[in-house]
Amino acid sequence: MKKVLWQVLALMLVASMVLAACGAPAATEEAPAATEEAHAATEEAAMTEEAPAMAEVDFAYPAGGALEEALKGTYAGTTVTVDGAFEGNDPDGVKLAESVKAFEEATGITVNYIGNKEFEATISVRVDAGDAPDIVDFPQPGKAAQFVASGNIVPVSEYLSDEWLTQQYNQSWRDMVTFDGSEMGVFHRFNGKSLVWYPKKAWDAAGYPIPQTWEELIALNDQIVADGDTPWCIGIESGAATGWAATDWTEEMMLRTTSLENYDAWVAGDLAFDSPEVKKAVETWSAMWFNDAYVYGGRSSIVTTFFGDSPTPMFDADGPKCWMHKQGNFITGFFPEGTVAGEDYGFFYFPPVDPAYGKPFLVAGDSMYMFNDRPEVRALMEYFTVPQSASGWLQGGGALAAHQTATPDMYGVELEKGIAELVANATSFRFDASDLMPGEVGAGSFWEHISSYVAGSEDIDTAMQAIDASWPR
Amino acid sequence: MNLPGNEVRRQAPSGGMLNKIGHVLLAVVIPFVSFFILYLGFLFLRDSKASREVIVLVAIIWGVGGVGLLYWVFNWLVEKLPDPWKGRLLPFVFVGPAVAILSWYLAVPTLRTFYISLFDRNGPPADLNFIQQLLSGSFVGPANYIAVFTEDLMLQAFRNNLMWIVFGSTFSVIFGLLIAVLADRSSFEKLAKSLIFLPMAISFVGASIIWNFIYEYRPAGETQIGLLNSIVTSMGGTPQAWPQWVAVAPWNNLFLIVIVVWLQAGFAMVLFSAALKGIPEEMLEAGRIDGANEFQIFFRIMLPSIQGTLISVWTTIVIFTLKIFDVVWVMTGGQFGTHVIATQFYRQTFTNRNSGFGSAIAIILLVAVIPVMFYNLKQFREQEAF
Amino acid sequence: MRGQKQRKQFGKFLVNLTLLFIIIVWTVPTLGIFVSSFRNRTKIDTTGWWAVLPHREWQAVSELDPKSLDLDPDGIMEIEGISGTFDEFRTGVETPDGKRLTWLGNKRLGRIEVQEQVWAVDWDFSLDNYRQVLGGQDFEFKRPDGTVEVVPGDNMINAFLNSLAVAIPSTVIPILIAAFAAYAFAWMKFPGRRTLFILVVALLVVPLQIALVPILRDYKALNLNGTFLAIWLAHTGFGLALATYLLYNYISQLPRDILESAFIDGASHFTVFTQLVMPLSLPALASFAIFQFLWVWNDYLVALIFLGGNPEFELVTQRMAAIVGARGQDWHLLTAGAFVSMLLPLIVFFSLQRFFVRGLLAGSVKG
Repeated sequence: MKKVLWQVLALMLVASMVLAACGAPAATEEAPAATEEAHAATEEAAMTEEAPAMAEVDFAYPAGGALEEALKGTYAGTTVTVDGAFEGNDPDGVKLAESVKAFEEATGITVNYIGNKEFEATISVRVDAGDAPDIVDFPQPGKAAQFVASGNIVPVSEYLSDEWLTQQYNQSWRDMVTFDGSEMGVFHRFNGKSLVWYPKKAWDAAGYPIPQTWEELIALNDQIVADGDTPWCIGIESGAATGWAATDWTEEMMLRTTSLENYDAWVAGDLAFDSPEVKKAVETWSAMWFNDAYVYGGRSSIVTTFFGDSPTPMFDADGPKCWMHKQGNFITGFFPEGTVAGEDYGFFYFPPVDPAYGKPFLVAGDSMYMFNDRPEVRALMEYFTVPQSASGWLQGGGALAAHQTATPDMYGVELEKGIAELVANATSFRFDASDLMPGEVGAGSFWEHISSYVAGSEDIDTAMQAIDASWPR
Repeated sequence: MNLPGNEVRRQAPSGGMLNKIGHVLLAVVIPFVSFFILYLGFLFLRDSKASREVIVLVAIIWGVGGVGLLYWVFNWLVEKLPDPWKGRLLPFVFVGPAVAILSWYLAVPTLRTFYISLFDRNGPPADLNFIQQLLSGSFVGPANYIAVFTEDLMLQAFRNNLMWIVFGSTFSVIFGLLIAVLADRSSFEKLAKSLIFLPMAISFVGASIIWNFIYEYRPAGETQIGLLNSIVTSMGGTPQAWPQWVAVAPWNNLFLIVIVVWLQAGFAMVLFSAALKGIPEEMLEAGRIDGANEFQIFFRIMLPSIQGTLISVWTTIVIFTLKIFDVVWVMTGGQFGTHVIATQFYRQTFTNRNSGFGSAIAIILLVAVIPVMFYNLKQFREQEAF
Repeated sequence: MRGQKQRKQFGKFLVNLTLLFIIIVWTVPTLGIFVSSFRNRTKIDTTGWWAVLPHREWQAVSELDPKSLDLDPDGIMEIEGISGTFDEFRTGVETPDGKRLTWLGNKRLGRIEVQEQVWAVDWDFSLDNYRQVLGGQDFEFKRPDGTVEVVPGDNMINAFLNSLAVAIPSTVIPILIAAFAAYAFAWMKFPGRRTLFILVVALLVVPLQIALVPILRDYKALNLNGTFLAIWLAHTGFGLALATYLLYNYISQLPRDILESAFIDGASHFTVFTQLVMPLSLPALASFAIFQFLWVWNDYLVALIFLGGNPEFELVTQRMAAIVGARGQDWHLLTAGAFVSMLLPLIVFFSLQRFFVRGLLAGSVKG
């Protein structure tokens, strides 16, 4: 018995020594590559010092900032980690990698994206444990607000000048990342939400007009019903986030049935959900939703149809079963494979209800925030203020650049170009309210109670009062 | 029964001074060498850039071998000690590592969580010392606990968790036991057990996909692609989105509980089956000779003899359902009246970043398990040790 | 005597029948997605997976154009001698000769299909879904100059290796540590035995999320973050309570006399544990191994926290999350993905199953 144990011990000793011996060279083998890179980088830096020519880039950058310094190669070899709510290898992840490629090549800085689907949990844990990523891409400014409150985010004024930001952004975008008077992040890209999608081929064949006003839309609804179909494809199921699509409709109606001041007050929590304005907005869409003739599958199927599946009946082989679907431009990713923009489907602007409130446009999007203040991190933040930093989306589709310096020729995808035009023609635009509200409401009770309202288990007063009650004060 | 060492003990080899010194030296050198080896492995695994295959291999050898080595060395050292010490220390060699790791990973964080639960949403201010924290405005005492027991959604979660515990554990145990008994007497025991146990190899996300396929809802009149709705409509019923069916709330929770019963019955079955096979055949025969029928044998002989297993399986499933999260989160996200304690914990801690409230929920989970603990302790006391 | 035998046979028949029924109920859900994973996207979306079984189906034999028939869709129409309203024709009207008339599309664009019922099996299987899941997704970028560049997706082999590197030690280490502790709780006398056991049971219920922040902080101090070691230890810590508890229950119920006689023969605790208790506990060890392996293999959150800062250590679950996240409920990819991620747990399951199917004290030890 003892002998065996001794043998085992001896064996393990030998094994681990061998392994340790193996390990060491393996480690050093890898090292030269790294140092070589660093060498190359310092050489590059040295070269730029000799000849003050900087890396040739096709994007603008503020004079005297960290990005300018980075383009000289000063920070080559450093790494910046970026966190966000999408996976590194899903479409958004690939587009981000594509977007920062120009930056990485020009500066020698590596951008390390670590985002994931459990973003809410991982970002909280990382920040609380003192292991915050350098830059965070927040899909909702409301989420960023939590970290602004706990003092984890470096204000923009510390590294970007007001003139530069004014030059790059329309004031509205800057307002959306301003918390309690200080600007904390920079906007990066966005989705247009006030869009209605329709099956273009069948639509043209049937000869339906594009509705320009609310009356025309209602007339069209009735026309489609008379022709034997249901006009709308609606689905709000989305797992834990079920209901968010209904919050979008509420926001659209808030913009269309009441003033922008009221919308802003609502976002800030000063206008209650239980107020006549908000209830009117909800009832404007629910009048349409709760009419079984208007919605494919009827009211009861709305809460149970996955939002991504809901437009599918528009493309049924036997002809569309429903004809209109209101959703942000990302929804094209959910359309059946092989459907082509401009041929199989088109879009139009979701018409205004009351002409007094103009042509408002609802948007949602991603903004960037700096958690760790290092020069290379600043350089990347500066890069995010130019439209080229969203090139992956502009050329791969799925989002628009939030920068006013973005030009139509940067878009590779016709669809996004068309939406950009619509946005430019809007009389006003506002950010998705639920994304701006505190998490308890915007990512909690608002979804939950609006779903219950649609499902019919709560009436409008109960639902609205319950949302008001959950607002943290 | 005395300690085994007392009964039969090998005489320490008699020898001179040299021998003793040799032993002491050995006692120092062996642990030292072992620790050094483990440390080398640790450094290698932490810093090495070797290929993945090599790391995996080293990892397995170091991880498994290292743990074994550690136990062996400590045991060896303790066995060198004189008797009373040996008997006192040896149990701690066995139980020590587990307790140390559990303390680091779970017990200490739990204490910390309790502390945080006494503060408001931002937690104890980091820039203050302990006393200052307690005196600061962030300290709210039991306020979070009061909130937990008064908030509507929390009450709903408690109700649902109770349903999960009652129905989830009961059905898992009953099905597990039934299948174990049936399989034992059937002609295809192995196949049956494998197929029933199979769902255990499926992740929660996988299980959710599978059951989404069962519950999938299409508007009435369309072709149903969900099995349940297909059966229901072919019998003339109306299709439903079962887990989201608020009209029958809170019973729509049962459609989620079914998923877990499906997953867990196999686990219960395996342990029950093992226990049933441990019952001596003579006992059953004796019962049969006394004229008992199979049901009487089951209730009077089998059940009492597997009582220990019954408690452990039941405990495991109760705790499992108490913590249930993934299935609910993926299927409904807690909406439609299906919130459970764990989804509320997640939402408060991460979505709302209300650390005080979230921590209070976690502590309440701990309190909820106390009755289960007592039940187990009763069983534990009967266990006689050497 | 003969009656008794008959009754016994009937009893056995009843047992087999009941069990068969339960097995079918238990297996059908998995079978459903297994079949679906080989069907293409449209098929999954339009018909149930049971369409692969022979069934009666309506198939179009000819088509009529409503415009040429001069019909009034708003009133009663007569088609091929059958009259009905638009709504009736839309759901389909059966003719006396076994055919069916169905109006497809709305009143403006519709066409009428004459359908016949035929036997059909839908056996159009392919491996495309698996190819897409395993091979990764390609992305297209349209450059401003009009060129299109395709960025190919990467395959899953690395993710598989990484997941294995995480899962194997994370399964074996806690089992070993827990087995020692379980033995001590069951068969050794020491002060604090009861207190420590209560601790183990209590910790069963602690949600691991509360440990993430303090452990990440410790790891940062130890410079462990982003290494395999970090995640093994984490999984060991989080799985240990259940492992100890389950193994205790099993080990404590081993027959006392076997251990007793070993001690009388002069064996030490260590020898009894390694030579006697471990081999006897194989069913419990195997069941827990499956449990733990599965949990680690499917874990997403723990890996993200302790390994996630290191993109080169991408795991299978992260790949799956990317598939799920990319296109929502894309059944064809989800079903295939579910089976791909199930593959390894199934291998582990089938390689270990003989241990737990065999039962506790099978063979010589029994009695």
